[in-house]
Amino acid sequence: MTTTSPVTNPPRRTQPRTPAGKMGKFVDDRLNVAGPLRKQLNKVFPDHWSFMMGEIALYSFIVLLLTGTFLTFFFDPSQTEVVYNGRYVPMQGIEMSRAYASTLDISFDVRGGLVIRQIHHWAALMFVAAMMIHMFRVFFTGAFRKPREFNWLIGLGLLALGIVEGFAGYSLPDDLLSGTGLRIADAIMLSIPVVGTWVSFLVFGGTFPGHIFLDRLYIAHVLLIPGIILALISAHLALVVRQKHSQFPGNGRTEHQVSGERVYPIYAAKAGGFFFIVFAALAALGAFAQINPIWLFGPYQPSQVSSGSQPDWYMMFLDGSTRLFPSWEIRLWGHTLPPLFWPTVVLPGILGAMAALYPFIEARMTRDYQHHNLLQRPRDVPVRTSLGLMAITFYVVLFLSGGNDIIAHVFDISLNAMTWGGRIALLILPPIAYAATYRICLGLQRHDREVLEHGIETGIIKVLPTGEYIEVHQPLGPTDDHGHGLLEYSGTPVPKRMNQLGVMSPVKLIRGFFYPVTEKPELQAAIDEADAAETSQRQHQLTE
Amino acid sequence: MTDDFDGELGFEPAVPATGAEPSAAARGPQRRPTLRRKLAAAAVLTGALGAMGGSYAAFAASSGAANQPSSAQQIAEGRQLFENSCITCHGANLQGVVGRGPTLLGVGGAAAYFQVSTGRMPLAQQGPEANRKPPMFTEAQTEALAAYVQSVGGGTAAPTGNLRGSSADIAVGGDLFRLNCASCHGVTFKGAPLSAGKYAPSLYPSTDKQMYTAMLTGPESMPVFSDNQITPDQKKAIIAYVQNIKASKDPGGEGIGRIGPVSEAVVIWVAGVGALMIAILWIGAKSQ
Ligand code: HEC
Ligand code: HEC
Ligand code: HEM
Repeated sequence: MTTTSPVTNPPRRTQPRTPAGKMGKFVDDRLNVAGPLRKQLNKVFPDHWSFMMGEIALYSFIVLLLTGTFLTFFFDPSQTEVVYNGRYVPMQGIEMSRAYASTLDISFDVRGGLVIRQIHHWAALMFVAAMMIHMFRVFFTGAFRKPREFNWLIGLGLLALGIVEGFAGYSLPDDLLSGTGLRIADAIMLSIPVVGTWVSFLVFGGTFPGHIFLDRLYIAHVLLIPGIILALISAHLALVVRQKHSQFPGNGRTEHQVSGERVYPIYAAKAGGFFFIVFAALAALGAFAQINPIWLFGPYQPSQVSSGSQPDWYMMFLDGSTRLFPSWEIRLWGHTLPPLFWPTVVLPGILGAMAALYPFIEARMTRDYQHHNLLQRPRDVPVRTSLGLMAITFYVVLFLSGGNDIIAHVFDISLNAMTWGGRIALLILPPIAYAATYRICLGLQRHDREVLEHGIETGIIKVLPTGEYIEVHQPLGPTDDHGHGLLEYSGTPVPKRMNQLGVMSPVKLIRGFFYPVTEKPELQAAIDEADAAETSQRQHQLTE
Repeated sequence: MTDDFDGELGFEPAVPATGAEPSAAARGPQRRPTLRRKLAAAAVLTGALGAMGGSYAAFAASSGAANQPSSAQQIAEGRQLFENSCITCHGANLQGVVGRGPTLLGVGGAAAYFQVSTGRMPLAQQGPEANRKPPMFTEAQTEALAAYVQSVGGGTAAPTGNLRGSSADIAVGGDLFRLNCASCHGVTFKGAPLSAGKYAPSLYPSTDKQMYTAMLTGPESMPVFSDNQITPDQKKAIIAYVQNIKASKDPGGEGIGRIGPVSEAVVIWVAGVGALMIAILWIGAKSQ
């Protein structure tokens, strides 16, 4: 600001009179933010239900910060051995680390501790799940295309960090399950060729489990990783604001302009409300469903292990890949490559790299280097959609194999059969998913074109004078001499049923939750009149 | 962080101190005097009974498992039952029948009790493992069969008397369970598959005596835990722990199967993500 205009007080009449207004002026006089803020608040945010998946992740993260802070007041990460004499009788007199004992205290002796612990854990599961479905939405609609590749990469970073953060949290209470998980993590580090041993020593400060590891993990869990996540989320959202949110094509939505709700007040009100819905869902889970009952697992002792030890869901695919991968041990140049190396280090490395490179590979393959602000319907890009489904199928097979012992036990299947079934499914199901998705996409595309050309099936059957029966089709727009529709497909949903005409959503047709809301009588009369006119005109057309 | 307020606020420990024998000491201060008096009475009674049972058990268990001399009549009844139901597979003299069933000489009454009372014997069909079924015989008949098998072949006799440790043993029992049994049955003893269709069953239906005899005899893939490995008192402690956890409620809400992360994964995706997907569809539909 290099202008040198004299400082003038605004004219008297614009002085605010309400308390809120005075407050606003007080702040603005000092910080001078009204201008830029107004610009931001007037931004519009396009609306589509699938755009709210990212918000679920954001709100889960906020819930994690709130509940996590509560837990830090009572949790003690020390590995010092103590004898438990808290309220939970089946552990009284047992030796355990302070970390485990303080988690028992949070669960049984701190008022409200258990429910907060449970909300925290459910929110962690939700956080990663929401990020993942948000990522699917971004993938299948092509939202990652130029110029949004950076946000795709930041998002992947968040997903990876979310998983690491979750695993760190799962490992903190030092119960039998988390100790077993850490031991496996140690084995994975050790399996890295050449540097493995050093990596493990570095992380654990000596051999596993050591004495300082939980302290380190604690700092990583409560400070380091959340800090990075927070910074990345800020960058992620700043980019969304800067680049504008992408939108589905439709009325008034082009590559060059956004249409939707203003950030303030409509979008802000909706987002605020949605925060409470997410919080409520997580609180309900925390209150009614038990999660990670560490008192049933016992303190970690290296000599003990339980069957059915599983990681949280987001790590289960690695457990699954380990269970499916054959135990090939490779010796190369005097180094042993343990079988664990491939499914737990190489495989996630490849998956991550493929996801990170995908936007660039796709641009290369399709030679599409344009800016894109309009999203695509998944059916219109069959190759990408099918690749996505193929990847998801691959992931789901690994994920289910991570719990294959439980599945085998519950459904009374042999565990060996589950392992072999998993191996075979991992190889043949993804290509099948690709082929099936491809066909479905083409079928949906064709149906859209058909409706545009021939009109909607009305369900009205007509007998021609020749005795032939035909179904009357309602054209969607102007037709040519042969009665073929002239509308071009424009990437928006095509109405397929009569009652979708005019308004896209059937929900919109009937307003009101239990009873249809009746419009104002005079309005309704006008609408009825217009409807009648239109119908008679239509009738006229049909009979022509 | 202390117990002091709990009585006033009516806050009970979320977890019953012990499922088996609630002792007043483990329950913390009580709010209503009548309840307190009742509990004191219960404690005295439990204490007296426990002392009696304990001294009896100490007496009887001095030889490891307790054997009561079985009467000739009981043995004769057992023989009758054996000849009706078991002889086709195990032979007239318990020597076994090739291709049908192993010899029962030396397996002892404990094994017979375990197999018959859990319904595993008489075997319904050959498979990777004998499954638990509703038992075919009454408790008395089962004991008669055990007495007969014991009298012919000898071996470890079925134990009698109180087989469950007191509430003071629960914690130790838990530790022993995690050390010796959790690797197959799982920390929450829900069971788990072993290789090739075999599995370690859930311990939820097991009675005290079935658990005791299972440890003594090590059915099929399960190792034998002789009295040298796990003393009779330790066995009773393990039983006290398992029965206590079975009887206790889940303090954190619905236990969702007590199988840990797998059922949690199902809940977060179906209930959690499912509910929020419905919510965003609803919000989305409202706004178009
Ligand atoms: C259809 C054949 C069949 C019948 C009938 C049968 N068993 Fe068995 N039994 C077996 C087989 C096979 C095994 C070995 C596999 C096992 O332990 O499940 C066995 C094992 C046993 C064992 C365990 C042996 C050990 O080494 O610990 C006992 C005890 C036993 N049977 C008792 C009985 C009694 C008592 C009956 C009659 C009520 C009976 N069985 C009826 C087939 C049979
Ligand atoms: C090597 C794995 C293994 C270990 C360790 C093990 N078990 Fe078992 N357990 C089994 C198997 C397998 C069976 C089923 C045997 C059968 O069906 O014949 C079984 C059966 C049982 C049963 C009978 C369940 C029923 O149907 O009523 C009980 C009780 C039991 N075990 C208790 C224990 C206890 C207590 C321990 C620890 C002291 C233990 N087990 C350790 C594998 C194991
Ligand atoms: C900490 C976790 C995350 C949070 C809090 C978060 C939050 C958000 C929010 C609120 C938006 C705007 C609304 C929307 O499009 O849904 C957004 C957009 C976006 N996110 Fe995420 N996200 C996270 C993780 C991810 C992941 C894992 C990816 C993909 C690998 C990703 C990729 C994107 C992209 C490309 C956009 C721009 C979409 C568009 O403009 O259409 N994000 N994110």
